[in-house]
Amino acid sequence: MVEDDRGPVVEMEHVDKYFGDLHVLNDINLVVDKGEVVVVIGPSGSGKSTLCRTINRLESIDSGTIRIAGKTLPDEGKALAELRAKVGMVFQSFNLFAHKTVLENITLGPTKVRKTPTAEAKKRGMELLERVGVANQASKYPAQLSGGQQQRVAIARALAMNPMVMLFDEPTSALDPEMVNEVLDVMVSLVKQGMTMIVVTHEMGFARKAGDRVVFMSDGQIVETNTPDKFFTDPQTARAQDFLSKILTH
Amino acid sequence: MDRISQMLSDYNVLSAFWMTVQLTVWGALGALVLGTIVTVMRVSPVAVFSKAAAFYTNVVLYTPLTLIAFFFAFGVYMKMRISLVPLSSPHVTHSFLMGVVALAVYHSSLVAESLRSGINTVPAGQAEAARAIGLDFGQSLREVILPQAFRGSIAPLGNTMIALCKNTTVVATIGVAESALVMKEMIEMYADLIVPIFVIMATGFVILTLPLGLVFTWWSKRAAVLR
Repeated sequence: MVEDDRGPVVEMEHVDKYFGDLHVLNDINLVVDKGEVVVVIGPSGSGKSTLCRTINRLESIDSGTIRIAGKTLPDEGKALAELRAKVGMVFQSFNLFAHKTVLENITLGPTKVRKTPTAEAKKRGMELLERVGVANQASKYPAQLSGGQQQRVAIARALAMNPMVMLFDEPTSALDPEMVNEVLDVMVSLVKQGMTMIVVTHEMGFARKAGDRVVFMSDGQIVETNTPDKFFTDPQTARAQDFLSKILTH
Repeated sequence: MDRISQMLSDYNVLSAFWMTVQLTVWGALGALVLGTIVTVMRVSPVAVFSKAAAFYTNVVLYTPLTLIAFFFAFGVYMKMRISLVPLSSPHVTHSFLMGVVALAVYHSSLVAESLRSGINTVPAGQAEAARAIGLDFGQSLREVILPQAFRGSIAPLGNTMIALCKNTTVVATIGVAESALVMKEMIEMYADLIVPIFVIMATGFVILTLPLGLVFTWWSKRAAVLR
């Protein structure tokens, strides 16, 4: 968080992407400002995960522009790697490095990408593990941890790079129900610290409580953008009304 | 019994097997280095590299080892006069080195296929996570993909190493004085002892390959990545 205080962190302009014939992202325009928390919701296959993954170019786009802190996302190579280091990503399936201990998972990025001395990276890694509440698991391997613990480690791993924005791609969808809250709690604490976040999720409670803005996607398009309160109480589009009626009835 | 000890004093079976061990060790080292390079090219995002690596793997894999050994011993060394050491070195040195090169080249294709199968055991999410924290292609391979791929490849690599040990017998055809060549000579001179010769040679190979197999099985279990 060394950049200036305001201004857009992520800008997407007329972004299109196809998977074969499927128009998976259709003219996406989205600006996320510093400190803003944008929650992306929508039915399965609406393109919300793909949208999230294009922001650090885990998915390429076919046309349009994506800028991070004013810089156009590079195509490949060193420049792209440098940019990815500034964009934290948390995956649905955690993706912790299976052959490394929890602490090594955290220190790998700082030591290899930022060339932080090992001792310093470890110290900071332990602080981050403390913060997400898994410091006592530091020397274990990912497979020895519960899903909720693994996801909290994954969040710490992303934070270790001091990212300017955090992307969450359905971070709680692969978790047992009783572990969802421990992960959401960590995310809420990040929101409170002013982290810029883009969160793809089905957790409507989180969207309501922590989101500044809700982006509703359907069939590859952003159908509706609104504050959480307005979106959940008074959705403007038929598609959003239909979606909410299906998920909020139980 | 006397004829057997007579034969064993005529032919140094131990030093022949020592030659087999040396061919195995150097061939294996060469195959591992070459195979790793080919695998890195194979999985690289540069199309020219990956196509070239696939071509190399397939051509070498589908060519008999005997032909490859002939190619290096007769084609490269004798015809083209190219060798790894000065041409004034003794002929046996050249034969040995060309034998090692042939074994390394042939088995590099098997090593490459073993490593590639190991890479396929690493979930795509591991590479995505590596890229997401800012590691470049080389770092992702070195720090995340290959260490896991290698652990998943230990069992197939072990099989390749055992095959290599047994395949050293093929380089008898280019005149390397290893176990198969000595066996052939013994059979010529002591045809009546064919059964003892068979038992001696078979035992020799079992002594070499069985521990290899046990070590690799133990190692692959120990190094397995928990998921």
